[in-house]
Amino acid sequence: MPGQSRFQRIAGTIGVYGAIACYVVFALLPIYWTIKISVTPQDLLYSEGIRLWPSRMTLANYASVLEATDFPRYFLNSIIVSVATAVIVTAVASFAGYALSRFRFRGKALVSLVLLLTQTFPLVMVIPPIYRIMGQLGLTDNLYGLIIIYTAFNIAFATFLMQSFLDGVPKDLEEAAMIDGCTRFEALRRVILPLTLPGMGATVAFVFTAAWSELLFGLMLINSESQKTFSVGLLTFVGKFAVDWGQMMAASVLALIPVCLFFLFLQRYLVTGLTAGAVKG
Amino acid sequence: MASVSLRSVHKKFGPITVLQSIDLDIEDGEFVVLVGPSGCGKSTLLRSIAGLETINGGEIHIGERQVNHVAPKDRDIAMVFQSYALYPHMDVRRNMGFSLNLRKSPTRMVVERVSAASTKLGLNSLLDRLPKQLSGGQRQRVAMGRAIVRNPQVFLFDEPLSNLDAKLRATMRTEIKALHQSLKTTAIYVTHDQVEAMTMANRIVVMSDGVIQQVGAPLELYDRPANIFVAGFIGSPTMNFFDAVIDGKQAGLADGSLLALPASAAVTEGQKVVIGIRPEHLHFTDTGIPGTVVVVEPLGMSTQVTLDAARERVTLLALERPVLAPGDRKHLTARPQDIHVFDRASGLRVN
Repeated sequence: MPGQSRFQRIAGTIGVYGAIACYVVFALLPIYWTIKISVTPQDLLYSEGIRLWPSRMTLANYASVLEATDFPRYFLNSIIVSVATAVIVTAVASFAGYALSRFRFRGKALVSLVLLLTQTFPLVMVIPPIYRIMGQLGLTDNLYGLIIIYTAFNIAFATFLMQSFLDGVPKDLEEAAMIDGCTRFEALRRVILPLTLPGMGATVAFVFTAAWSELLFGLMLINSESQKTFSVGLLTFVGKFAVDWGQMMAASVLALIPVCLFFLFLQRYLVTGLTAGAVKG
Repeated sequence: MASVSLRSVHKKFGPITVLQSIDLDIEDGEFVVLVGPSGCGKSTLLRSIAGLETINGGEIHIGERQVNHVAPKDRDIAMVFQSYALYPHMDVRRNMGFSLNLRKSPTRMVVERVSAASTKLGLNSLLDRLPKQLSGGQRQRVAMGRAIVRNPQVFLFDEPLSNLDAKLRATMRTEIKALHQSLKTTAIYVTHDQVEAMTMANRIVVMSDGVIQQVGAPLELYDRPANIFVAGFIGSPTMNFFDAVIDGKQAGLADGSLLALPASAAVTEGQKVVIGIRPEHLHFTDTGIPGTVVVVEPLGMSTQVTLDAARERVTLLALERPVLAPGDRKHLTARPQDIHVFDRASGLRVN
């Protein structure tokens, strides 16, 4: 910046990077600790005290998680539930958001209000009625039930998210497309949709992570081993008298992998500014 | 190419009437400019012709066809938006060919039409760029190109130049006019800029409050405005207005000075009128309306003088270069044939 001495500039830079470093350490330390515990041999876990890295490393925890437990099954269940939820929610929220963003219709304010209201209930309060309803419908203890519940609980927020992304796409663009020869739906598909991909990417990512890490409903609705998601499965490492920290952490690290891959894949869609140049400016 | 005709077109937004019984006939090949202050309904009228707004009453014909319930895509029109509305994820070539590709036109035809349009508009070197890599003027040209390749019945322009800087606007104005002269496609052009209207139009439609105030050739509107609104809207600097009362063959102004009226004025003794005089029609004389010089603005070709006279702020445009200083006392006059007389109650022209 002009008007600053060399010293001030350097000090400023150090300050900025120092603050970022503090934040990164704060955010990543738990993950680091998880990884550390997961590779610590059982016998060193309590004997070595607090060390940054164990004196010996082992992958035995990973091996036993993958071979001796139902974790691969939990993983698969979690992926099925999270992907299905993310896809359904994003598809529905895109259309709902489009309607809220573009059309004037009777009861629009009411629909928005009700969507918002659903976000205000404490989850614990709605669990008993939901359990009853799902039980009568035969949707307890299976993945469909979970997908339906997760979809229901994420759709309101996702709709608002998509609405704000769609509000950012100029109306002129679809009008131009409609004059150029598109029906409204074609205009949506050929012009609006490609421009809202970052928004849809963000929505998919948000819903996927929410479903991936959800515990409460998973715990309430699922009983049998074969239907457990990974977050519920993690609790099997908590025994009556002891917690198997090594295996639990190994399972947690494995659970991070799909989420990381997912974000890596979505990253290019999350880049904003795709609409730059559409209209003036 | 086609004519466009509007028959008592009505449009409401909720309780607000934005277009009231609009009747207008636009001939095949004509360049018509809709002009008026913001909120006068000119853009709504254009969007109704495009099919982007549904009208609440009346009929819109494009050519022989009544299009009230025809979707925009089937009206065979092209529109240039104020924001250009280029598809940001498509390069210039695909932007321009989009409408033809939607119609499943043969590839060879699309290539030919796009290259013909881009040559005409000087866009050949930009065909592979995305809209965000273009300057404002270039985007404007692409928007024009996208309209041209369609070879539509009617071009619609919605304030296409208002996002450009003054110099570029003047250039594009000339280009659009030249383009129209070579294509001879019916064009309807919306602007709030009366200079654009004057320079480009075959005919100007002046609108205010959802009503057409006057339709006519640019100079016709300039020389014989039908009412006070048109008189004040067309022309820059704007016309001077004086409240006056008819006194025989003359008009008595607020300060008691008298002004000779044109012989054609159909007025009665004692009638309250508004006298309109264009700045270039006011002259300095030895007798006449006394005034005090407030500001002198030399423009080179002419000199604009602002005075206080007959209790009004008056503008005078002098082609000679008068030597004046603020505070100078002068007298003003105008030839009777240069004077516009309007009835004060109705606002209508009476000469």
